[in-house]
Amino acid sequence: MPDFDALLLARIQFAFTIAFHIVFPALTIGLASYLAVLEGAWLATRNDVYRDLYHFWLKVFAVAFGMGVVSGIVMAYQFGTNWSEFSRVGGGIVGPLLAYEVLTAFFLEAGFLGVMLFGWNRVGPGLHFLSTLMVALGTVVSAFWILASNSWMHTPQGHEVVNGVVVPVDWLQVIFNPSFPYRFAHMVTAAYLATALVVGAAAAGHLLRGDDTAPVRKMFSMAMWMIFFTAPIQALIGDFHGINTLQHQPAKLAAMEGHWENRPREGVPLILVGWPDMAREQTRFALEIPRLGSLILTHSWDGQFPGLKDFPPEDRPNSTIVFWTFRLMVGLGLLMIALGIWGAILRRGERLYRSRALLRFASWMGSAGLIAILAGWFTTEIGRQPWLVHGLMRTAEGVSAHSAAQVGLTLVLFVVVYFVVFGAGTVYALRLMRRAPALHEGEVPVLGGPGQPRQAMRPLSAASEEPDAPPPHHNRMEAR
Amino acid sequence: MDLPLAWAIVILFGIMMYVVMDGFDLGIGILFPFFSARDDRDVMMNTVAPIWDGNETWLVLGGAGLIAAFPLAYSVILSAFYLPLILMLIGLVFRGVAFEFRFKAEPGRRRLWDKSFAAGSFVAAFFQGVTLGGFVQGVPVRDNAYAGGALDWFTPFAIFSGFGVCVAYALLGSTWLVMKTEGPLQVQMRAIARRLVWALLAFIVGISVWTPLVEASIARRWFSFPNLLWLSPVPLLVAATTHLLLRELGRNAHASPFVLTLAMVFLGYLGLGISIWPNVVPYQVSIWDAAGPAPSMGFALVGTLFIVPIVLFYTGWSYWVFRGKVRSGGGYH
Ligand code: HDD
Ligand code: HEM
Ligand code: HEM
Repeated sequence: MPDFDALLLARIQFAFTIAFHIVFPALTIGLASYLAVLEGAWLATRNDVYRDLYHFWLKVFAVAFGMGVVSGIVMAYQFGTNWSEFSRVGGGIVGPLLAYEVLTAFFLEAGFLGVMLFGWNRVGPGLHFLSTLMVALGTVVSAFWILASNSWMHTPQGHEVVNGVVVPVDWLQVIFNPSFPYRFAHMVTAAYLATALVVGAAAAGHLLRGDDTAPVRKMFSMAMWMIFFTAPIQALIGDFHGINTLQHQPAKLAAMEGHWENRPREGVPLILVGWPDMAREQTRFALEIPRLGSLILTHSWDGQFPGLKDFPPEDRPNSTIVFWTFRLMVGLGLLMIALGIWGAILRRGERLYRSRALLRFASWMGSAGLIAILAGWFTTEIGRQPWLVHGLMRTAEGVSAHSAAQVGLTLVLFVVVYFVVFGAGTVYALRLMRRAPALHEGEVPVLGGPGQPRQAMRPLSAASEEPDAPPPHHNRMEAR
Repeated sequence: MDLPLAWAIVILFGIMMYVVMDGFDLGIGILFPFFSARDDRDVMMNTVAPIWDGNETWLVLGGAGLIAAFPLAYSVILSAFYLPLILMLIGLVFRGVAFEFRFKAEPGRRRLWDKSFAAGSFVAAFFQGVTLGGFVQGVPVRDNAYAGGALDWFTPFAIFSGFGVCVAYALLGSTWLVMKTEGPLQVQMRAIARRLVWALLAFIVGISVWTPLVEASIARRWFSFPNLLWLSPVPLLVAATTHLLLRELGRNAHASPFVLTLAMVFLGYLGLGISIWPNVVPYQVSIWDAAGPAPSMGFALVGTLFIVPIVLFYTGWSYWVFRGKVRSGGGYH
């Protein structure tokens, strides 16, 4: 039993709030780009299916975005409230990166979001498309900065320590630190993949219920292509990411592999399943494939890499956890690859939309991307322990000096509030996805002059979709 | 170049932007309980639905700017006001999601998200005020860390300024709505605004009398000679603005009450800034003591000075797209 001191509570609080947060940005990164593609396709082809799909997913996007914003504001303050020593020592690095995220990403998203959600009838199609593009750009830029900051904590460089605080020396080195390119590529791809799985599952649900319309088919087809291409790419990026981790954070990699020690002149096996036991210093019940570990990580038959016993016990991350979170992520990744290939095969003769087995598989996989994202982050972050900034500052040194009672109180508050609020939001988002895409939405007669509203104001929530709402063309504006 | 000075100005500007912009949309939430008709509430919310997120981003900029430029201040202040800040964040969660959830919920549940919007706005505003009050009282620092207790902020003065900020935001909200609405709703807003002007004046007087009593160094700053001379225009300007505001509200003006309220809030902010300057953590840590590494401040400052004008430009564009009166959705319900 760990003792519930303030440090442990602060860690649980950070993990809890960020694990909730990351789910929504992952969806908003993916959906914003998807919406940009849909609107672009509509403008290029004038095929109304794209416009209908745009309005359908815009509502889901709005709900996810709202939750992403409020959970994100909490994150920005967690550094100071719970990790004040870290903020004081490392603020010179993470602060400017966060400031750039606000300036180049959050303002961009927020500034154009209003027009994207509510401006369909207030600006012309070109400006509206521009707004969608800016929001999509903002989400990716946001990932860029926050991941630069997070990657620096894993593989710090470009700084020196002066009077006990970290001072940046070379910003390019700080930002483009060794793990950043891999983490950025892996995370953005993960967001696209997770979104494609959600879109695919929503479409599969409609098809399974016999709701077989052109927009539903279109979104299913788009999602399945996306999965077909990105799932294998993601595995490839992940492989490179792992090799990079071996170079810079060997203890983390040993923990992910459950690898304790090298046998003389012999390749390292790949442990498929097993139970890494921290106290006994061995992986029990291991089922292993000889030499495969060496092959994957060193690209040779008998290459060796450090085992956990090469590190003092106080520097070892918890292998039991990361071994399994890593396998969960990779296992789900393999299932995604399978789904993509299966879908591609069934395209011949349009069986894609009729195979109940495939549709069921696709609808089960709806949350797989989000679960893999969480599993991946748990691997990365727990694998970094006991360091807060690898090799520079331990987690125990970064925490604020609050009492356990105080941190425990706020933790309970967060848990209750997040489950209630984000639970409700998830229900609303799922309900929006279950509704059949409305046809001809956003098709409004041009009434007003430039800059004038061309339609009566509607309650301004992009998610406003009430059962009693008349179709939009009943909704004309009284001339001004 | 004096980087800490430049950064202090940037952060003061950011906080000012936050107060006036999120001020009026938090104020709308605070006024929500006084209007129970569904139509009125829709209109009130719709006046800010497209812009609230941008308004709140200034708060994030304030936090990010503080950790970028004054990491020591960020770490001390956020530890000192741990509970009020977390309660403020939770208030913001409840009100932020209400914008989407309200129109999404089944009709029976809508009231619940209305309450969440109103209560969340009130809680966020109140604890911002409490933090402000606690800040003016001073924050003890030892060995680069906060040296006080968990509940040091909990004083009558801080509670008083908590309510003061709520009244200021409510006045901003009501004059914003005078500008953005018409008909009976606008008439009611005018009446509310008039009462809120008097309430805010009372709070300003209260805080001005109480502050020098709480903190001797402020008293010294205010009441020593030449300062007294320099500061005397502030109360005079407050009186003049109040007078104009009441007159404009009586005259059925649309936009000027909001502008005058902005001026009034700005004056209050100025008075506060003068009292605390040049400390970032009153009354021990000056902006020069708390300054982070010069390369950090320089790097972030370049981006800020370059990007903020662009941000102001497209934010302005977005306000312009949604300009004009907001009506209740014709034929929608
Ligand atoms: C890979 C992407 C990613 C990751 C790892 C994080 N975020 Fe995030 N965040 C986003 C991607 C994002 C986003 C997609 O850009 C959001 C979602 C909705 C939005 O407005 O922007 C966002 C919103 C968002 C907001 C609200 C911005 C606003 O008001 O519009 C804040 C303050 C943060 N985040 C801060 C953080 C912090 C401090 C994090 C880590 C400790 C963090 N985020 C992890
Ligand atoms: C977004 C997905 C993320 C998830 C799910 C996640 C998960 C976690 C988890 C589980 C821990 C606790 C580890 C432990 O105590 O054993 C943790 C700690 C931490 N993470 Fe992350 N993390 C994420 C992203 C980030 C990012 C983007 C940053 C920084 C910019 C970050 C910074 C930290 C810090 C400061 C701690 C606290 C120190 C610690 O306990 O290690 N994390 N995170
Ligand atoms: C299928 C093969 C995959 C491999 C070999 C792989 C490999 C890895 C590795 C080695 C890490 C840890 C990086 C570190 O040491 O810090 C990681 C992290 C992560 N993975 Fe994967 N991954 C795979 C699939 C996926 C999938 C399908 C997703 C989500 C859809 C995903 C999402 C993530 C995330 C969010 C992280 C944490 C952020 C980061 O460090 O990049 N991964 N992955």
